[in-house]
This record gives sequence, structure tokens and C-alpha cells, in this order.
Amino acid sequence: MAGISSTAPAAGEATRPKYGSMTRSRRWALRWSYFFLVLFAIFFLLPPVYMLITSLKTSAEISAATNPWWVFSPTLENYIELLTTNTYLVFFRNSAMVSVFVVTLTMLISVPAAFALSRMKFWGSATLATGVFLTYLVPETLLFIPLFKIFAEFRNLTGIELLNNWWVLLILYPTLTVPFCTWIMIGYFASIPKELDEAALIDGATWMQTLTKIFIPVALPGIIAATIFAFTVSWAQFLYPLAFTTSADQLVLPVGIVTTLIKGDVFNWGQIMTGALLGAAPPLIIYAFLMDYYIAGLTSGATKG
Amino acid sequence: MAEVTLHKVVKKYDEVLAVRGIDLNIGDQEFVVLVGPSGCGKSTTLRMIAGLEEITGGDIRIDGNVVNDVPPKDRDIAMVFQNYALYPHMTVAENMSFGLRLKRFPKEEIRKRVDEAARILNIEELLERKPRQLSGGQRQRVAMGRAIVRNPKVFLFDEPLSNLDAKLRVQMRTEIKRVHQKVPVTTVYVTHDQVEAMTLADRVVVMNNGNIEQVGTPNDLYHTPATRFVAGFIGSPAMNFMPCRLESEGDALSVRLPGDTLLPVPTERAARYRPHVGRDLELGLRPEHLTEPRAARAAELTAPMTVDLDVVEPMGMETLVYFTIGGNEVCARMDPTANPQPGQATPLSANMTHMHLLDPKTLSIL
Repeated sequence: MAGISSTAPAAGEATRPKYGSMTRSRRWALRWSYFFLVLFAIFFLLPPVYMLITSLKTSAEISAATNPWWVFSPTLENYIELLTTNTYLVFFRNSAMVSVFVVTLTMLISVPAAFALSRMKFWGSATLATGVFLTYLVPETLLFIPLFKIFAEFRNLTGIELLNNWWVLLILYPTLTVPFCTWIMIGYFASIPKELDEAALIDGATWMQTLTKIFIPVALPGIIAATIFAFTVSWAQFLYPLAFTTSADQLVLPVGIVTTLIKGDVFNWGQIMTGALLGAAPPLIIYAFLMDYYIAGLTSGATKG
Repeated sequence: MAEVTLHKVVKKYDEVLAVRGIDLNIGDQEFVVLVGPSGCGKSTTLRMIAGLEEITGGDIRIDGNVVNDVPPKDRDIAMVFQNYALYPHMTVAENMSFGLRLKRFPKEEIRKRVDEAARILNIEELLERKPRQLSGGQRQRVAMGRAIVRNPKVFLFDEPLSNLDAKLRVQMRTEIKRVHQKVPVTTVYVTHDQVEAMTLADRVVVMNNGNIEQVGTPNDLYHTPATRFVAGFIGSPAMNFMPCRLESEGDALSVRLPGDTLLPVPTERAARYRPHVGRDLELGLRPEHLTEPRAARAAELTAPMTVDLDVVEPMGMETLVYFTIGGNEVCARMDPTANPQPGQATPLSANMTHMHLLDPKTLSIL
């Protein structure tokens, strides 16, 4: 033991320069990574911080020429006012209803669709899968005018009014969420080894049983990713509700804040910031809650691994 | 308890013929191994028996019934896959019982069968684990357990040991053989490893290029191959092929190798080979029939030859030596005590009793 320890430093010195340069380049890489991480963190966190600061100010303080990054007389006045007026709570309720229903609807359509497109080889399934993705590439700004026209025609034909109802969004949002979620799920199902459904097939499972008992549990991380996406899209969607809903009691949060808190050229900044901040909370909570499931890899162990 | 019969089975992918009309009878409780190089159609044949691939032409019968259009679940088969294909979110017990639960077997019966299979496979203490907590060999056992609990008419194995390391592969090979002795069910087993094929099979089916080259017991294939492909595929190191000319001196026949080595042909083969006298043929001789000169057994015909060794590979129990004859590399198995050295002219003894003569045009054994 003594002999080894006495020779070790000499050997270490001889080899140190080589290893030293390796760790040095690694250290620099880490420094740059942290530099950019901090830079981006500041860049992306400044707006919410500014929202928080402004939401704690009175209108008088906002318009006064003081330091905009500091609250001199903090107040919860904006929060109390928003949460006690009915209109904001209606926006919130509409947004929540729309998002929950759209996410449910999207998952009910896109998971079985993705399973069929990726696993049940039928005539034209590959073309259809590509078609689904191409649908997603058509921007909403292009779609809303023909959609509006279709709804107007629909009313002329059937007498059923779709426009200016919050639930019309349940028809509209899936045009954005279903193609993308189907595409995500096709990709995720493709990563599940073919032998798994063949084993299930031999074990006597029907396609439906293979989907519900094998694929959905195994693809849970993918389903959660798709759910997060669908929720984000429906919660933050601005253009469709702006175009298709007009009455105050039918509006969702993003449109509601903008249309009711800006009167003519008077911007109620304190309440706008408060409303936006409160509106951003639900997605944050959902991300935090689902992220653990999302990260946990469930496929390991199925095959060779 | 079932026979499997293939009659003129064809599989075509677009324009490519993967299986070219094969006939095969697999007896009740028989262990048949399909072996061949990649792309020879062995896996496709197995998947057609399983019902995972449609049949382009011909008939497949299980237990006398044509199953061409019967879905896999109604064929009463169980399959073990190369990558195990365990359901990752289920425990070992749930994995094994999945098929029975789908068929709504009573709980008591399911537990009895799972326990029985776990006992056979020695995985009783793993029943509550998830697949990701198991080693490769344990996963393979679970995959076999899932097949056993179904109590099927036919077991299908698709290269089940290819993902295991060499040592474990040998262990699991013995395990599979033991399981088949305990649970004697008709078994079709696919592998590209000829050692696996030889050790496991009652009968081996050698496939090449979508055709069956030869069907026979492991010993049949080894000692009396029908074609050059089988002769070269079965056995490791592979059989040596040397260009030669068949010559006749009175009643006796002999083969002349490049370099003017003359090797006698056993008299009992003379009648068989006589029509080919004067032709350029190929001599097939396994490495173990090329050794250092040693006392020959009675009734074995040996002949001396001298070669210059290129490469010497000591294996411990034997030493493999390599040299060339007429541009072909030839391998011989020598006793380590002979102490062969590369670059040395070494006397060898060719055991001509086990020789094969091949027609290089038809690639068949004469």
C-alpha cells in the first residue's frame, strides 16, 4: 500500500496535463451553458415579474413617473376587484370548460386514430397519417374566415346558431389540437415494439383490448405530452374566440381581458396584468403536476433494453 | 397435442418470393428447428404458422385443420419473441396470465397455472416484479412462462436466445430443452445458430433462399448432408472444400488435390463415385477428419499429407490450424500436444472414411 501511494503522485503528474485540458474544456462549456441559461431565464422571466409588480400597484402609481420596477405602496385592490366582479369569473369558467372539454374530446379522437394509423395497416393508412400532419400545417389565420362562413351558412340552412356561443369553440379548437396530438401519438406508438401487439394478438386480445390494456398504459408519457399540448392550445387560443364569440358572457379569458378591460383608449393596466397573471396560473399548475409522470419512462423493460 | 403440416406454402412480398413453396410435416410433440442464414425465410415461415403473416399460397394445417384464414388467437399457439415482448406495465404474474384473463378463465385456475409454470421455470420469487426489474435471462423465462400457461397445441420460438450473452445462451438452451422434456408440446424453433439447432432439435430443417435444403436429425445432417450448403452450414468450424480430380487405377479410386497430393477413396464408395471418374469435383472433409497422424480406428481409411501451416489457433482442448490447398483455406483440428507452429511443414492425416465428394456445378453431394 505504501509503495503504491509513494509512486502514485509521480504518475499522476505525468498524466495530469492531458486530463487537465479535458476538464478545462468541460468547465468552459459549463460556464457558457450557465451564462446562456441565466440570460434566457432573465429574458423569459422579466415579463411575468413585471406583470406581478404592476398588478400590485394602484392606477395612480402606474401612471405616476416612479420606478416601474418597484412597488412603493403595494395593494391587493386589483385582485379583489377582479375576483369579485362576475365578468372575470365567467371568462375563467368559460376558459376552464372549453379547455377541459377540448382536451377530453381531442384525446378521445386522436389516441384511437393514432393507434389505427400506426398499427392497423389498412389501405391508405400511411397517406392518411401524412394528411393528418399536413392539416396541422394550415395556419388558423387562414382557416377562421372559411370556418366563419361555413357556420353562417349552417345557420341559414338549419336555423341553428353556432356563432357567439362559447361551446362553438369545442368544434373549432379540435381542428388545431386533433391533428397535432394524433401526430405526436403516432410517433409515440411507433416507438412501441411491434412484437408487443403481436404478443397481445396471440394472447387473444382484440384491437380494442390491445389499445386499452397495452398501448394506453405503455404510451402514458406520450399521452400526457399530448394532453399538455391540447390544454395549452385551448387555454391560450386568442384568434378563434375573438372572431367567433362577442357577448361578454360567452368570452374566454384571453379575449375577455382584452375586450372588457380596455375601454376605448383607456387601458386598465393594473387589472389587465392581474387578469393575465391569474390566467397563466392553471397551465403552470398542470405542468408542475404532470411533469413527473411525463418524465417517468414506462417502456423500459418491455424488450431487450 | 398436435401436428403441424405445411403444404406448398408460398410467401410473396410484392414481387419478392420470401418462401418458395415448402412442404414440411411436424409430428406431435416433436421439437423442430428451422435454421438458416438471415433472409432465408425461416422467420417468415414461423410467422405464417403463427398467423402473423398471411400466406400467399399453399396450406398450413394445425391438428389436421387448415388454418390459413384463422386469426392467431384461434390457432391455439403460443409464441416467444426474440426481444421477449413482455408487457412493461404488468408484473410477471400479470404478464403470464394476460391471455387467460382475456379468455375469462376462473381466478383459481389462472393462479394454479401461473404457479405451475413459475415452478417449472424457477421464477416463483419473481412473480410480483415488473419486467424492467429482471435480467435478460429472467425476462426470457417469463416469456416462456407466458407461453406455457396458455397450454397451447404448438410452441413457436423466434430466435429466443439471440439477445442473450454467450454464457447465458448456453444455460437457457439447456433450460429450453428441459422445459420441452417436462412439457412435451409440438415446438417450432427458429434460429440462425447451427449449434442451437443441433443441440435442441429432434429434427433440423435447413433453409436457404426460401427453400428447404434438407430435413433430418442433427446427426443425419452432420454426417450425410445432401447439399454443399448444408455441408458448409452445419458444423463449426465449417467443412473444408478442396478442388480435386477423381482418378481411377484399376478398381481403386483416388482424388488428386492441387499440389499433387493423392488421397485414396474408400472401396465401399467406389461404385457410387465411378461414373464421375476424370471429372473436376470438390472434396469435402470436416476439420476433425484432418488431424495430426494418429492411430486410426479399424475400418477407417486414413492417408498422409504434408501442409505448410499459415495460422495456428490454440483452443485449449484442441488447436485449430489453417493452410491453403488450391487457393481454398482449409482448417484442421490437431491435438495441442502435437504443438503445431505457423510456417512449418506439418504432416497431417486425412480420414477418408468420412469424405464427401461434391459436384461443383449442381452443388449437390455425390
